[in-house]
Amino acid sequence: MIELVKNTKIDFMGMKKYAFAFSTMLLILGLVGIVQIYRGQANLGIDLEGGTSIQLKFQKAFSLDEIRSILTKSGHAGSTLQEIPRENILLLKLGVSGRQEEKMVAEPVVSLLRRSFPGNPFVVESVSEIGPAIGNKLRRDAVLALLVSALAIIIYLAWRFEFKFGVAAAIATFHDIFAVVGIFWILGIEMDLLFITALLTIGGYSLTDTVVVFDRIRENIRLRKKGAFSEVINLSVNEVLSRTIITSLTTFAATLSLLAFGGSVLHDFALALTMGIVVGTYSSIFVASQVVALWRGEKMTEVKR
Amino acid sequence: MWKSVTGRITLIAVLAAVSIVILVPSLTDRVPAGWKDRVPKINLGLDLQGGVFLRLQVEIDKAIENTSMRYADDARAVCREKALPVLAFQKAGDGGFSLRFPPGDFAARAQALLKDEFPSLDVGLGEVKADGATVILRMKPAEIQAIRTNAVVQGVETIRNRIDQFGVREPQIVAEGEDRIVVQLPGVKDQQRAIELVGKTALLEFKLVDEGASVEEALKGNVPEDAQVLYQKSVDPQSGRATKTPMVVKKRALLTGDTIKTAKVSFGNQAGGAHVSLSFDTRGAKVFDRVTAENVKRRLAIVLDDTIYSAPVIQERISGGEAQISGSFTPEEASDLAIVLRAGSLPAPVKVIQNVSIGPSLGLDSIRKGVRAALIGAILVVAFMGFYYRFAGLVADFALVFNMLFLLSGMAAFSATLTLPGIAGIILAIGMAVDSNVLIFERIREEIRAKKSVRSAIDAGYNKAFYTVVDSHVTTLITALILFQFGTGPIKGFAVSLSMGVAINLFTALVCTRVVFDYLNAKKPMQALSI
Repeated sequence: MIELVKNTKIDFMGMKKYAFAFSTMLLILGLVGIVQIYRGQANLGIDLEGGTSIQLKFQKAFSLDEIRSILTKSGHAGSTLQEIPRENILLLKLGVSGRQEEKMVAEPVVSLLRRSFPGNPFVVESVSEIGPAIGNKLRRDAVLALLVSALAIIIYLAWRFEFKFGVAAAIATFHDIFAVVGIFWILGIEMDLLFITALLTIGGYSLTDTVVVFDRIRENIRLRKKGAFSEVINLSVNEVLSRTIITSLTTFAATLSLLAFGGSVLHDFALALTMGIVVGTYSSIFVASQVVALWRGEKMTEVKR
Repeated sequence: MWKSVTGRITLIAVLAAVSIVILVPSLTDRVPAGWKDRVPKINLGLDLQGGVFLRLQVEIDKAIENTSMRYADDARAVCREKALPVLAFQKAGDGGFSLRFPPGDFAARAQALLKDEFPSLDVGLGEVKADGATVILRMKPAEIQAIRTNAVVQGVETIRNRIDQFGVREPQIVAEGEDRIVVQLPGVKDQQRAIELVGKTALLEFKLVDEGASVEEALKGNVPEDAQVLYQKSVDPQSGRATKTPMVVKKRALLTGDTIKTAKVSFGNQAGGAHVSLSFDTRGAKVFDRVTAENVKRRLAIVLDDTIYSAPVIQERISGGEAQISGSFTPEEASDLAIVLRAGSLPAPVKVIQNVSIGPSLGLDSIRKGVRAALIGAILVVAFMGFYYRFAGLVADFALVFNMLFLLSGMAAFSATLTLPGIAGIILAIGMAVDSNVLIFERIREEIRAKKSVRSAIDAGYNKAFYTVVDSHVTTLITALILFQFGTGPIKGFAVSLSMGVAINLFTALVCTRVVFDYLNAKKPMQALSI
């Protein structure tokens, strides 16, 4: 039997001060990120705020500065340019700032660049143009999806366990989502619809982890009936620790291969998932059950099955 | 759970056989046609095979206003014929307008006349003042409603017509809500052309050039009441520079594109460019015959969507019902123009509010990378499980193979669309698939440590882990289903593969692995378990 984690007796409850300090930091970071998103100070994908993005694959290497100056001259000063160097790929994001009317601008920009680089032809790999109205709708839908799934999960867990467990699981889940939003914001990575998908997936994953721990807590309460609740939590987290770590490792392997080999379109998505797995594993050990303990006190009342 | 081991093995074998039959045609083309045509297939999303996704806003208010203005022109023409002097004209909003007449019984007479002439309008008498009285005309609500519905329904129909003639495999054109149309064109290579073809209103009008009006005066704002300024665009073939020449034309269209029977591209005029030949239906031919006869030596502007394409001088009466639009067209432009003229104009202008175009090369690249990432991820997970849990790990790997088989054939069975995020969903499902087995195996290890026999350890492991496995799957399923409900396009693809993966995982992790242990235990109880 190979055992990575063997008969641990780690006092997780004793570490709750550090855990709470660390989590509070993550939560504040996430809150700042979310506030900045609402203030329009974050790097949002065009599918969330409207705008135009173009991906071009040139035949030869090109100079970002040259393209930037061409765009600035033609009235697209606020554009974001990004290069995937060895592949001669240019990612172009034309902002919506100052644009009142919903007008499509991709075609003129593409033909402008075509005329400017007669010696370096390119293929248009993708164009995505989204009017602000649709951007707003997609953003509203995304936020709604997050809220509805949180509600649905609280209801399910309240039914399977008890209300306090449901809320605690939801808090842990939102903790993870906030953390990833905060990290993405501080790193300035673009957040798009795919990122929202990653957040929901992270939520689902973190919840699975949390549920496994809760299940064990419920079982141990029924078996012991005596003692302190915090002891039960320590025991339960330790008992499922090897499972938590193994599952994190296998899922981590999957998202890591996605990150390394999935190509540029999926890169940020995979990055978010990978971060989410790390944070989700942490929160199921250090956040979810601690919240229940804080709320329930040391009472050993049985949890319904 | 079923007690009989043979029964369960049979069930799994049958499911696997059915899955293979369903799945194979999705993976390879080299299967007999009789097989291929009878089973559903996995569709590739736009992001994987390239193509265009367009969301169009139908500008219904503009259609209503256009109709109302057409009524206004007709109403004034009718009044002119009956010598009822119209002093002023004013838009009244909501598809209405008003006409002002001098004092006397002019307004009352006009009201009676217009009521007879236009049954689809409400005609009312406005204020009577010292300097005259107004007649207010407004489209009846039923008429407005008809325009509203028609704008979307007819719009979808027209766009489908155009796309069919352009030649796209399996296009999807559907109305969305009350005033939107979503167009999906998988596999289209010439994307900008397709977008223009879809979005063009294509209202073709023949209007007389107002020779009496001066263009300079008109540009200063002194346009004659019954005329308007339109521009003729031309592109210089050498420099590629576009020029716009203003022209004053009569507002009233003598003939519109709805009378066109066919339109086709022809070549070989003096300039060597392509042009479009039109032939009118009987009614159109008659009108064209009369218009050309009455206006010999005058210029007739051919106007498409308020842009003048050409304005030739009518040399003689044309009775054959044929006309030609020449301009400096490339063959593609001429061919697309012919298509839109044949398919007819959109009842209301549309505006592209979302355009996602993916080139075919990017799609292929994405598939290649996605599949590679999936394979590497799967190999890592499989290797890890075999290494860590030894024999039991191999059993879990065996279940994972079934999991993938069922998942992919399930997607084929529902003709689900596989997108790039969908591939990511599958990869994630692989990582999470083994979770249930990890849970169970860890439980079994605990029981073995507690000195239970192998058989009862396995039973206890599966029983105790059961609720945990179900709970954790249901929560993931909830998020996946909500994603499906609120997501669009690629996101939906992710939700589909994730939720199917989770549901199938419940079966494979609990049933497929269990049956292996039960089978081994059936003959004689296992003494040791490599786990």
